This record gives sequence, C-alpha cells and structure tokens, in this order.
Amino acid sequence: MLSRRLFVAVATIATTIGFGSVAKADALGDIEARGTLRVAVPQDFPPFGSVGPDMAPVGYDIDMANLIAEKMGVKVELVPVTSANRIPYLQTNKVDLVISSLGKNPDREKVIDFSTAYAPFYNGVFAPAEVALGKPEELTGKTVGVTRGAVEDLELTKIAPADAVIKRYEDNNGTISAFLSGQVEAVATGNVVAAAILAKNPPKRPELKFLIKNSPCYIGLSKEQPALLEKVNGIISAAKADGSLNAIAQKWLGTDLPADL
Amino acid sequence: MNYQFDFGWLFEYYPQIVKGIAITIELIAVGGVAGISLGIVCAWVRALGPAWLKPVVAAYVELIRNTPFLIQLFFIFFGLPSLGLQLGELQAANLAMVVNLGAYSSEIIRAGIQATPRGQFEAGASLAMSPFETFRHVVLVPSLERIWPALSSQVVIVMLGSAVVSQIAAEDLTFAANFIQSRTFRAFEAYIVSTAVYLLLAILLRQLLAMVGWAIFPKRAAR
Repeated sequence: MLSRRLFVAVATIATTIGFGSVAKADALGDIEARGTLRVAVPQDFPPFGSVGPDMAPVGYDIDMANLIAEKMGVKVELVPVTSANRIPYLQTNKVDLVISSLGKNPDREKVIDFSTAYAPFYNGVFAPAEVALGKPEELTGKTVGVTRGAVEDLELTKIAPADAVIKRYEDNNGTISAFLSGQVEAVATGNVVAAAILAKNPPKRPELKFLIKNSPCYIGLSKEQPALLEKVNGIISAAKADGSLNAIAQKWLGTDLPADL
Repeated sequence: MNYQFDFGWLFEYYPQIVKGIAITIELIAVGGVAGISLGIVCAWVRALGPAWLKPVVAAYVELIRNTPFLIQLFFIFFGLPSLGLQLGELQAANLAMVVNLGAYSSEIIRAGIQATPRGQFEAGASLAMSPFETFRHVVLVPSLERIWPALSSQVVIVMLGSAVVSQIAAEDLTFAANFIQSRTFRAFEAYIVSTAVYLLLAILLRQLLAMVGWAIFPKRAAR
C-alpha cells in the first residue's frame, strides 16, 4: 500500500518535472506557437499595476507587458498576481514573464532569471527645484520629512549629518502633507510616492536630489531560456533607445527615466 | 505566555525618553496655564460679558468641543500654512492644546460662575467694589474653588491627549515610544515604559494641581 502510494507520488513528481522541462525547452517558441504572451502583473501596486475604472488592469507594468507582446507580434494575456505568488506563477509555468515591479536579489536569482532593468525603483531625498541639495552632507541645517520606521528613515538616519533636522511622521500621508504645506524643506521617500505627489500636480514639485537606495525593477523569466531572455532584453533596449519606455515612465511616474537605468 | 521581555534598549534610548518626557511636560505646562487663562476669559464673556461678544465665544467653544483634537491639530499644522501661518510642530501642538483646553475649561468655569448666588454679586457691589473687583474676588475665586476638581481632571485629560502630537512629528513621550518601537521592534516594552511614565506624570500632575488648589483656596485646605 505504502509502496504503491510512493510510486504514485514519484510518478507525479517525475511527470511534473518532465512537463516542466518540456515547457522549458524553448519558451520563446512556445509563446510564438501559442500566439499569446502570458504575463504576471500586479493589481494592487499603483502606479505599476492597479485596477482601472473599467476593471481592467492599468499601470507601468501593464504598459510594459503590452509593449513586449506587441514587439513579439503576439497577443498579451495579463495574469494578476500578488507580490507573494508572482515567482511561483513563473516556476509552475502559469506565466511566461513576470512584469510585477520585481527587484533583483541573490535568493531570487537562484530560482529565476532576470532581464535588464525596465523601471526605476529607488528611495531618495526629494525637494523642489529651488532647494540646493546634492548630497547627504548638504542636509546640514535643513529639515527633511520621512515616514517613521520606513527603509528610507533607517538609511537617512545613518547618512544624514548630525545637524540635519529629521522630522518623522506616522505614515506617508503625514510626510506628504508636511512637504506640501512647507513644514519640511525636503522629503526622503520612494520614487513611487514622489510620483503620487507629482500626479496631483502640486504647487511644490518634488525632484530627486540624491539617491538613498536604488533597486530597479526587472522582468523575471524562467531559468535557461537564452532565446527568450535575448528577445526581452532586445525589446527593452530598443524601447529605451526609441523613447517608448521613457514615455511609459513619464505617464506613470511623472519623470524621465534615470540615465543609468 | 511565551514572550521574552527585553529592556536592553533602555540604555541606548533613554535620552529619547527623557527628551520626550520634557516635551510632554512643556506642552502641558504651557497648555495648562494658557488654556485655563483663556478659559477664564471665555467663561467671563459667556456669563457676564458684553452681549455682542457672547455669540463669538459660544461659536468658538462649540466648534472646539464638537471636533476631534487630532483634526484641530492637523488643521493648525497642515492647514494654516496655506493661509500663510507657518507654525513649527511644537508651536502648533502648544496652540492646539491651549485652544482645546480653553474651550473645555471655559464651560467648566462658566458652570462655577453661574452657580454663584445672586446675593454674592450684590454683596460685592455693596462693599463699593468695581465690577472687575467683584468678579475677581467675590465671583471667580469661589467659582474656581467649586469646580477645581473638574478642572484638574480636564487638565489631566488634555495632558494624556497630547499623545497625538506625535502625529505631526512633535517629539513627545509618545513619539519616543513609537520611535523606539520602529528601531528595536520591542513594541510591548516600549509601550509598557511609556504607559508607566504617563501614569506617573498624571499622578504627579493631579498632586500638583491639588497643591495649587490649596494655595489659591486656603479656606478649602483648612476644612
């Protein structure tokens, strides 16, 4: 009885792995044969991906997915995922690509491959254009707002000079309000939050003064798919060159792509 | 309970706590003295003041008593800069506490004034006291004596309510607890310490107010 169950289990695993490797043989060929590109996109992380007024997903990542499918000459199939299950969707071959504001780290690099970076994602110190500020030392005597306990709070506390005045607010709304009402001269926050401020077209426009931590977004794909990886990277660099990626950044983040992306 | 208590962070962070306590004390000292003063003026207006001023003060008192303290604080800190009045977080916190305590205490004090028997005013007048002297000696002091316990409680409530000023980054005791919590992830311990300090502060404040009461109302102390 036990051995029979074991046999079934082994057979199941073997079949799964077998199918997996068949699918992995040529992911690009599969996509072209199928005529659709299946992309895992976020649905709860504006401006990268959220549900629009007509219930269709919209955002930076969705535009990116459409761009890649268009250049491949196939239709796009958007698969909404959460940040926790986006990599498992790829590993179990439910999607061909993960375009879901995915950051690169060694743990993830063990299980999936990454394209070149397609979207900026960073923390930095932002202030209006007229504030002279280029590096952490120049925060001397300035007041800078930050959300207490956030990554940028911990990092800023390390790099800011002792006579910089750091005001720590309860949440992003407090930090944004303090900036917009002039209670602080600068804010340390993520480019996504800065984009959310810019989207409201405020009288004070936050511009990046210096970076605190840079962790751009990459497209995730299955390991050992050189043809697909090459194709995706080619599309990304072409989109960077012809300005179409910059247009997406302008549309969703309100700023140009950083030069080093 | 499997929770491992760890108060090791106290050594590193106690200056934050001390600073937080100092700011909380400063807030209630300014807020208490100025707030009660404002309350006395408003109570006088509402009970005995000129008719044209009464609706103005009544509107102020009702506005403050019927809106949340946190919103009043946000209005002052985040809203007034749009009208050109930029206050720092401590000034904004002080102003919010004075305005808030002023409104509540005026109602308490007014109750004391209105409970003054008519004959007491007449007694003052018959001693050739001016209306101000009558108010000062014959009306206000006995009124305050009557409502002193209620007023003391209100001051303590405002002191405890000052915890919300950490929302505008004023670095009071609650801010210190939140800050330590965000750095050490020792939420339970940080709030145990801040709870104990608030409790101690509240008890000391009540004692202080009782002593002030004995000083102002010697008759009461003798009883």
